[in-house]
Amino acid sequence: MDLTAIQSELEKSIPGCRLEIVPNPAPAAQHSLVVDADHAVLVATYLRDFLHFDYCSNVTGVDFLPKELSEKIKVKKTVDGPNGPEEKEVDEVRKTTIPGYLEVVYHLFSTTNRTGPLPLRLRTPNRDLTRESLTLPSLTPVWRSCEFQEREVYDLFGIHFDGHPDLRRLLMWDEFTDHPMRRDYVDPDDYEYEPTAHDEVLARHRAHYSTGAGPAFPEGGGQ
Amino acid sequence: MSTLTLPTPLTTSPEPGHEERLLEVSMGPQHPSTHGVFRMNVVLDGERVVRLKPVFGYLHRNHEKIAENETYLGSMPYTDRLDYICSLTNNWGYALAVEQLAGITVPERAEYLRVITAELTRLLNHACLLGFLLQDMGASGTPLMYAFREREKILDLFEALTGARMMCNYMRFGGCRVDTPAGWLDQARKVVADFPKFLDEFEKLLVSNEILMERTQGVGVLSRELAIASAISGPMARASGLNYDIRKVDNYGIYSRFSFRVPLGSHGDVYDRYMIRFLEMRESLKILNEALRDIPAGPIIDPKSKPRGFRPKPGEHYGRIEAPKGELGFYLISDGSPNPYRYRVRPPSLINLTVLEDLCLGHNVADVVVILGSVDIVLGEVDR
Repeated sequence: MDLTAIQSELEKSIPGCRLEIVPNPAPAAQHSLVVDADHAVLVATYLRDFLHFDYCSNVTGVDFLPKELSEKIKVKKTVDGPNGPEEKEVDEVRKTTIPGYLEVVYHLFSTTNRTGPLPLRLRTPNRDLTRESLTLPSLTPVWRSCEFQEREVYDLFGIHFDGHPDLRRLLMWDEFTDHPMRRDYVDPDDYEYEPTAHDEVLARHRAHYSTGAGPAFPEGGGQ
Repeated sequence: MSTLTLPTPLTTSPEPGHEERLLEVSMGPQHPSTHGVFRMNVVLDGERVVRLKPVFGYLHRNHEKIAENETYLGSMPYTDRLDYICSLTNNWGYALAVEQLAGITVPERAEYLRVITAELTRLLNHACLLGFLLQDMGASGTPLMYAFREREKILDLFEALTGARMMCNYMRFGGCRVDTPAGWLDQARKVVADFPKFLDEFEKLLVSNEILMERTQGVGVLSRELAIASAISGPMARASGLNYDIRKVDNYGIYSRFSFRVPLGSHGDVYDRYMIRFLEMRESLKILNEALRDIPAGPIIDPKSKPRGFRPKPGEHYGRIEAPKGELGFYLISDGSPNPYRYRVRPPSLINLTVLEDLCLGHNVADVVVILGSVDIVLGEVDR
C-alpha cells in the first residue's frame, strides 16, 4: 500500500490527526510518516488493526540538534564610493536557525501482508529538554515489543513515554543521571565512580569499638 | 480493539503472612546458566516463579555511540562483537544496510560467499545452542562437546577464509574482503557432507529422550499472538507457528535461488524451540549444498565501491537480515558525512527477551534456566 493512500485513509478515519510524509532520498526510498503526539496511539491502533501492521520491529530515538544555516545573499546597499555615496550590490551572510527536536522512530512490518517497513515518527515539539517538551505517548499498549525498546530510548535519550507500564532505565545503572545518546552529551571525567559505603562502614566500626574492648590498633584507632 | 496485556504477577494463596514467605532471588549476573552477565530478579513462592524481572546492561558499552564517532567501515569490526558467536551474519546485516542506503551492488561470487558463510554460521549457532540447552538441563558436558566438535570444524573453515575464528570482520560494502584460499570450497563441501551424521546421531540420542521431553514439553509456551505483538523473530517465532522468515519475506541477497523450506512449530514450548533448530540446520544444509555446487568464479568486490572516503548521500535506511537468532536490523541515517548520523542495531536477543516473564510465570526455578536457554541470547548483543 502506498504511503499517500495510508495517509489519506488515516486522515479520513481519525478526524483531526495531523500527518506528514517525510521523503527519503536514499535508493530504497523508505519514506516515513510523522504523527502528532495527541493522535499517535489512535493512529498506531488503526495501523495495527485495520492496515495489518501488527509487527513493530524496531523502536529507536534520534536527536536532531538545532541547525544553523548560513547562506550568501546579495543585498543592495549605499556605500561610500570615491565620488560620494553610491548604490552597490554587496554579499551578505544570512543566518537562519532550524530548531532542534528529538524523535522516536517505529519500524512497522506486517506479518500477514508481508509488507514493510513503514517508519512511523513521533517528534517532540522542541529541544528544550524539559520534562513537558520531552514527553511523548507510549505505544507499548499497542505493540508489546516497544516495552524494552522504549525503556532504552528513555534511558539513552531521556524521552518520557506517557502510558508506559514500567519506565525505568534499561542499560545504564539507575543512579546514572545523563542520557548518553544525545548529540550534546559530554563524557563524565570519572568513569570509575561507584557509590560505595566506605565512610559509613568506618563510622560504624569506630562506634563499635568505642568502648575500648576488642582488638587494639597500633595507630590508636577506636581507642 | 484489544489492548496490551502485561504479565500480571501470579496470585498467591491468601493465608495470612504468606507474603512474607515469598523469596526474592537474584539469578545472576554471575550465574553459569545465564549465558553471560545477565540478571533476573525472581520472586519465588516455594519453587514457583511468581514474578521475574530481567536486569540488563552489565555488558553495555554503547556500541551505537561508538559507531556514530567512527567511519562507516570502521564499525565493521565492532559488529563482530555484537553476537560474538555469529560474527559473519552481523557483518552481513551491517553491510546489507549500508549497501541499500548507498545503492551499492554486490558481485555474484560475493553473494554466494555470503550465503555460504551465513549458513555455516547458522549451523554453528544452532549446534552450539543445542549443546548449551542440554547443558542447562543437566546433560553435563557430553552433548555440548559433541556440538563443539562440529563447531570446531566450521571455525577452522572461517579461520582459513578470514584469518580469524570468531571475530571474522569479513564483509565489505559491495562484497567480501578476501577470496577463498585454494581448496577451501572442497574443504567446506566435506564439512557440509559430514554434518548430517552429527545431526542423525544427536537426534537418535536426544530427540525422544524421556528426561528431555519431560523437562521441555509444555514448558514456557509462547502463543502465536503474543509472538507477533512482541515482535519475536527467528526460530523462536517460528516455533510458535509464525511463518516469518526474512530470507523468504525480503529475499535479500540471492536467497530466492535456493530451495529450502521454513519449519514451523505447533506448540510454542521449549521442545518446539529445540526441534526447530534441528530442522533449520537440515534446511541450511540444503542451501549450502546448492550454493557450494553453483558458486561461480569472478570478482568478490564491486570495483566501484570505495573503501576509503566513503560518504553515502543523505538519507536513511532500515536494513535487516535473518540472523541465526532472529531479525538483525541496522537503522542508519546519513547526513552526507563520513560518519553515520545515527546508527542503531535492532538486537534480536534483547527483543526476544520481552516475553521472558510471560514464559516463566508459574514454572519452577529450574525451568527458568531451560526457558532462558531456549530463547538463545548472547549478551554482547543484548546489552550492546
